[in-house]
Amino acid sequence: MGALLVALLAFPLGVGVVSYVVPVRVAKVLAPVSGAIAFALSVALVPAVLAHGHITAGSELRVDSLSVVFLIATSFLYVATGVFSAGYLHLDRGRSGARYGRRFYAGMNVFCWAMLAAPLVSGLALLWVAIEVTTVVSALLVAIDDTDTATEAAWKYVLIASMGLGISLLATIVLYYAGTSVFGAGYELSYAKMLAAGHHLPPEVLRLAFVLAVLGYGTKMGLVPVHTWLPDAHSEAPTPVSALLSGALLATSFYAILRFYQITTAAIGSTFPRNVLLVFGLASLLLAALYLLRQRDIKRMLAYSSIEHMGILAIGMSFGVTLAFIGVLLHVLAHAAAKGTAFFGAGSVVRKFGTKDMTLLRGGVGALPWSGSMLVAAVLALSAMPPFGLFRSEFLIVSGGLSDPRYGVAAVLVVLVMLAFVGLAWSTTQTMLTSGPADAALEAVPDAALQANPDFALQANPDAALQANPDAAASPHRVTKGEVSPWIVLAMALGIAALVLLGVHLPADLSRLLDHAAHELRAP
Amino acid sequence: MPAHVPSTTAGVEDVVAVLVLLTEFAMLRGPLLRSQVRLYAFQSLAVSVLAVVVAATRHVADIYALAGLSFALKVVIVPAVMMRLLRDVDVDLAGSPKLGVASSMLVALAVSVFGFFAVGSLHVHSSLLPTTTLAVAFAVVLVAFVLIVLRSDVVSQAMGFFSLENGVSIASLVIAAGLPLVVEMTFLFDLLVAVVAFGIIIRVHHGRSGTLSTEELDRLRG
Repeated sequence: MGALLVALLAFPLGVGVVSYVVPVRVAKVLAPVSGAIAFALSVALVPAVLAHGHITAGSELRVDSLSVVFLIATSFLYVATGVFSAGYLHLDRGRSGARYGRRFYAGMNVFCWAMLAAPLVSGLALLWVAIEVTTVVSALLVAIDDTDTATEAAWKYVLIASMGLGISLLATIVLYYAGTSVFGAGYELSYAKMLAAGHHLPPEVLRLAFVLAVLGYGTKMGLVPVHTWLPDAHSEAPTPVSALLSGALLATSFYAILRFYQITTAAIGSTFPRNVLLVFGLASLLLAALYLLRQRDIKRMLAYSSIEHMGILAIGMSFGVTLAFIGVLLHVLAHAAAKGTAFFGAGSVVRKFGTKDMTLLRGGVGALPWSGSMLVAAVLALSAMPPFGLFRSEFLIVSGGLSDPRYGVAAVLVVLVMLAFVGLAWSTTQTMLTSGPADAALEAVPDAALQANPDFALQANPDAALQANPDAAASPHRVTKGEVSPWIVLAMALGIAALVLLGVHLPADLSRLLDHAAHELRAP
Repeated sequence: MPAHVPSTTAGVEDVVAVLVLLTEFAMLRGPLLRSQVRLYAFQSLAVSVLAVVVAATRHVADIYALAGLSFALKVVIVPAVMMRLLRDVDVDLAGSPKLGVASSMLVALAVSVFGFFAVGSLHVHSSLLPTTTLAVAFAVVLVAFVLIVLRSDVVSQAMGFFSLENGVSIASLVIAAGLPLVVEMTFLFDLLVAVVAFGIIIRVHHGRSGTLSTEELDRLRG
């Protein structure tokens, strides 16, 4: 079984390197194939971890049920994003398009590789390294469009996230120090070992390590008040990257926090870590819900929704009961599918209408019968409507919260989720389910921008084309009916299918996996 | 703690750590970008010296290798990359700081005193832990934050982040000397990758706006 782990670690990196060399049309096929292989490998790990508890390969690679949950979430989004990118990027126009495509595909595969590596490694130091690699690669991917706003977003992202990771490196080192009192000066800092040391670890040092870890990794996860890079990066990145950032990267950082949570709980009990997560979670949920009410940019709206969901995850952990933990882990999976789908839909809308401004977008479902409807479905899923997976997961979290003596928190959670629902649903129905402006000039913006400035149009992203010709974006225009690309529809259909599956009929093995993982999170 | 008088080793470690902190203050003050980079190189040199001291006194041979690598990377390569970037973009003055020199010094002083005593108040005492050095390391990290917040040009902010990493390095040397060498080397490699990414984004920013200032980076709001 160890070979599976090595394959999972080696494969996407190899594809990333190859993608930089081969023609773009080959890379276009390689990305979804590589994603599908990664997904298959992750799923193949499920029976093994259920049977043996954990699998190791060498001393550096180790997965248990908890890691597999995150591997499945990331690799699922890897496939879907690979499919989506094939339809979203127009890369065959000339040489600069090919260069963009090579950079994009190399970056995207390496980005996915780093996110898959994080749950695979057993050492907390290597976990930090994997997450730092995700920052560096994804910052370059955010900057890839080479527009003023993309550069601004990339700078804020790389600086703020690196500072956060500086703090989490400090957390790792402080944790290492905590272990020296048990293991002596030199030892391997793996989470399994630290969990085994349990209550022999010095409590004050662990408290310090946990707070630093939540602050540091929380920066990458998008917890308020260290979330400030997130809406900018999510809205300015090319849409496939936004989907990966939101659905997979935030979860990967959450995974790192969960490992610190496990160790801290094993050493000093769960009260302290739960309280810390509660504070960050409530702040995130509150702020995100308020920002969702007045958001105009469709991608920023989805970014704030990510902050909302990360808040829900943190609050779910703060309930400290197995039921809520199962909900949290299911939420990670369902959020990856829902947010990926929603971003794909937003990308389709942006490409079709040539603007991200929701006050200018009307008649989305009319123009995009499939991807528009699925965007509405994904937003409803994000608002925790049945029959989608997020309904089930939030239901579990809230039920877990109600069993806590502090059930007021669960009530606040429900109220804030409702508030976020109002914001999301209002904006989406306004843009998607209305009829389009009746008597406007017929001109789809990307084409207009293309004529105005062919240099920009060569760069694959419509956002870039938009900046070249903002007048075209502001002018009213009628858009012809029809999908942008069948690949986009396919990618979204994958996401919706996963959401329905998670909501209606959770596969038995997956259910057992979540159960196992939730028990791993409960202190021994 | 057997005695309140620090041993010679601990004394040397403290002196080097304080030197790093003072360099951090000097970086906060320096108006020229090149001098920022030189100060960073000097600070990294101090960190490398600290590594040698730790290796010699605690008999961890691995750390000699780490010291050499840290010297090559942080004293030679990173400053060289940044100097080359500065030559290419041909900008020399740092962006106007958001506070005057005196005020920013006072802020940094307050913050570092806070960091110093915050670590002291944790009451983590053990024969293995040099609390003073750790407290200085936290102070370095906090002053680096002040530097990043108060400076309004991308190069100073990047140098602020690299010096933050120096602060973390001190902490890692004094409290986690036994951290496996391979892990420490990965950290350094990671720093190198980060430097490249920072460099690329700085170049893109300069290419688009013609400045290194962050004043115009305020379009994305809400």
